[in-house]
Amino acid sequence: MSFDAAYRSKTFNSVGTRPLRPDGVDKVTGRARYGADFNMPGQLVARVLRSPHAHARIKSIDTKQAEAVKGVKAIITAADLPDLTDGNASLFAILDNCMARTKALYDGHAVAAVAAIDEKTAKQALKLIRVEYEVLPHVVDVDAAMQADAPVLNDTVFTSGVEPTPKTPSNVANRSEFGHGDVDAGFEQADFVVDRSYKTEQTHQGYIEPHACVANCNSDGTAEMWVCTQGHFVYRQTCADLLGLEVSKLRVTSSEIGGGFGGKTHVWAEPVALALSRKAGRPVKLIMSREEVFRASGPTSATSIDVRIGARKDGTITAATATLRYSNGPYPDMWAELGAMTSFACYDLENVKTVGFEVLVNRPKVAAYRAPSAPMAAFAVESAIDELAHKIGMDALDLRIKNAAKEGTKSSYGPVYGPIGIGPTLQAAKAHPHMSAPLGKNQGRGMACGFWFNFGGQTCTDLNVSADGTVTLAVGTVDVGGSRASLSLIAAEELGIRYEDVKAVIADTSTLGYNDMTDGSRGTFSTSMATISAARNAIEVMRKRAALTWDIPLEDVYWEDGHAHASGTKHGNRAPLSVKDLAAEAGNTGGPIAGHSELVADGAGVSFATHICDIEVDPETGSSRVVRYTVIQDAGKAVHPSYVEGQYQGGAAQGIGWALNEEYIYGEDGRLQNPGFLDYRIPVCSDLPMIDTQILEIPNPNHPYGVRGVGETSIVPPLAAIANAVSNAVGVRMAHIPISPPRILAALEADAG
Amino acid sequence: MMSSIAVSTTINDDEVEFLCQPDETLLDVLRNRLGLMGAKEGCGTGDCGACSTIMDGRVVCSCLVLGAEAQGRTIETIEGMAQGSELHPLQRKFIEHAALQCGICTPGFLMAAKALLARNPDPNEEEIRFWLAGNLCRCTGYDKIVRAVQDAAREMRGEQS
Repeated sequence: MSFDAAYRSKTFNSVGTRPLRPDGVDKVTGRARYGADFNMPGQLVARVLRSPHAHARIKSIDTKQAEAVKGVKAIITAADLPDLTDGNASLFAILDNCMARTKALYDGHAVAAVAAIDEKTAKQALKLIRVEYEVLPHVVDVDAAMQADAPVLNDTVFTSGVEPTPKTPSNVANRSEFGHGDVDAGFEQADFVVDRSYKTEQTHQGYIEPHACVANCNSDGTAEMWVCTQGHFVYRQTCADLLGLEVSKLRVTSSEIGGGFGGKTHVWAEPVALALSRKAGRPVKLIMSREEVFRASGPTSATSIDVRIGARKDGTITAATATLRYSNGPYPDMWAELGAMTSFACYDLENVKTVGFEVLVNRPKVAAYRAPSAPMAAFAVESAIDELAHKIGMDALDLRIKNAAKEGTKSSYGPVYGPIGIGPTLQAAKAHPHMSAPLGKNQGRGMACGFWFNFGGQTCTDLNVSADGTVTLAVGTVDVGGSRASLSLIAAEELGIRYEDVKAVIADTSTLGYNDMTDGSRGTFSTSMATISAARNAIEVMRKRAALTWDIPLEDVYWEDGHAHASGTKHGNRAPLSVKDLAAEAGNTGGPIAGHSELVADGAGVSFATHICDIEVDPETGSSRVVRYTVIQDAGKAVHPSYVEGQYQGGAAQGIGWALNEEYIYGEDGRLQNPGFLDYRIPVCSDLPMIDTQILEIPNPNHPYGVRGVGETSIVPPLAAIANAVSNAVGVRMAHIPISPPRILAALEADAG
Repeated sequence: MMSSIAVSTTINDDEVEFLCQPDETLLDVLRNRLGLMGAKEGCGTGDCGACSTIMDGRVVCSCLVLGAEAQGRTIETIEGMAQGSELHPLQRKFIEHAALQCGICTPGFLMAAKALLARNPDPNEEEIRFWLAGNLCRCTGYDKIVRAVQDAAREMRGEQS
């Protein structure tokens, strides 16, 4: 039966309530098992040897001495991970990133790995591996890497997306372009133009749980892996491809995940652990240290962005352009492209053009980080919008409202919008008491908008009704922040049963069909859609069982409030049958009752937010403090409002850290100087105020309950909201993130001088 | 291999004996030798607080304590916080207030918050925020954590929430 995903307005019983999460007790008692909390009999401990150089040719690796250490069971280099990628460049990049082949491309790039009986032995062996490097010139800065005289990381990279293709290799891997209209003509109509360049530094997702896995390759070609990941099906596919395993013979179980934020959508340690296990013939546990997490996993792009926006006196924007340069790490990707797509997505523009450049640098391979690439673009654009408002002499909020995208707007990246939330979030901001609250001495207020696409993707769920009428819901999207609670609410709603009677679990890769990973804010959106579909299929089964029980035609049975009802004058007096009644008799009416669903969740509704922020700056020290923060975001429909608020608050906090403190600091030698939480400072409890939230619900027409993804958009506006607040507080435009105390002081001194 | 040290200590009211290496941390002993995996290693350098335990009434990062230092001490871990199946008010309030998302930092926060309320049953928001500043959470923005601690403190003082 085809599934109708269209939104229909209804009164909810379960959805929108705030029950206790099903994994709560495990998580407050220390019983929840994360990546590092699992062991296998006879397991070995693995450690990875990493390049101390930012850029170096690997001339030779001698492992003989290390192999001789008692207790060392296997040592691998790139030779043990032969290239099976068959011309697939992105898969090859993953392979080369897991274990450097001919060159080490950044400080921390893996070059060899050891499995030994314990950690001490493994570490001892690492010290005895002799790697002969030919150190090469390196470049870590995104603008420097684009210069003609920059050291070239990969001499097979010729800029794509330009005509004709250059004849010489460079670090510019790709150029992308979006927009419509005639920007030159648009700027001619402008009475005011803002033209400014911005920079943002590289940050890390900063999940508290380091990457960890236990891998076991058997001699019969089967393998299994326990791992913290945002997508165990994707990890299985990637690992099977890289190691030449049959996909169905690799069983991957996702542990509880201690934060991901996009950073656990990519493999680093897992193929290495599998290769070590294959070589040693024993299970291997590999946990990355915090230093390794910073040096070799994660980070987002560092960026350099130019924005130009023109407007008439009445505030109508006539033209807007942005040139965005995003560091990719050493491998070509599409981070600038995402920035170029999202830059002006909040606005209804006649003439707009954005150009993105993917830039290779000697830094770790960039990974997704919550609405990847959008926060930096929003920082630049929303800063420019603020400056434009000042120039025109118009309220910055009114300028945004005047130019906000709406239903029917052709977006700057192409599609025409359906019903969207940017206008309503701006109106809600205008009405919010925060906007009119008085400011104290040395305080400034800033605001900014943000956009994220959201994603749907392949999804599969199983819903099984037990003999007592309770329900097990098996899903394949990893629960990163409470989705088991939301999905149980959804199943309860559709079936018409109690939330407490649904138990949601994350199935492993051998017990459920393929699922894309929990990314793109798709976890609750897509899996709730599949859950509704599975529940409807189960209801169909239960209607048939009721018809059989009553010996009446199927069309005379309808489902309502968790019961099968007989309709019509002939049968209407029969007592309804509950899920419990039908489940108890299932053995006599056709066997177990279940509903399954396999679908591609199309139509993830785009997401918008507006943030308001008050900052106090100490002009003596340059230190700043967020004194009030408000998040207003469209959720479509908030399934479990507490966890929607949690997403809003968490994204805002990460954005605040990014804006004020967090940055990768490289030395002249190209080595990362701050690979730890002491020197890479993420916000702590005393840094932040309460974070106020307002949930708007503009139903997504493509989801039965109107749900939109909510996880990512909240990190998009904070960089700009904070930059605008600080700029308003100190009277100087802050165009370089993070806006750390030294940068504020330098800006104040430059302004005074 | 250096010879191991024999340690006698009290963990969650139980008398416990173990052998450990001189350079082995209390965190590694808890996790790898005693099967108490509620304390998590987020950094190994005392910066994140995910391994917080209470030793003789003080919050410590168990990654910065040697296993041998546990000799003769009294140690509380997350596994001893609930009384059987009855959760401690802080544990209950953390669930009720949705004060955890991924939950990896939660055992550390609960240990630190328990030590705070033992010392100061009526902390104001600022006192809570500074006391918990040694525990990193990347998911929640701390808002709901602070509210959960405030609510648990109210309940433990016998006030209506």
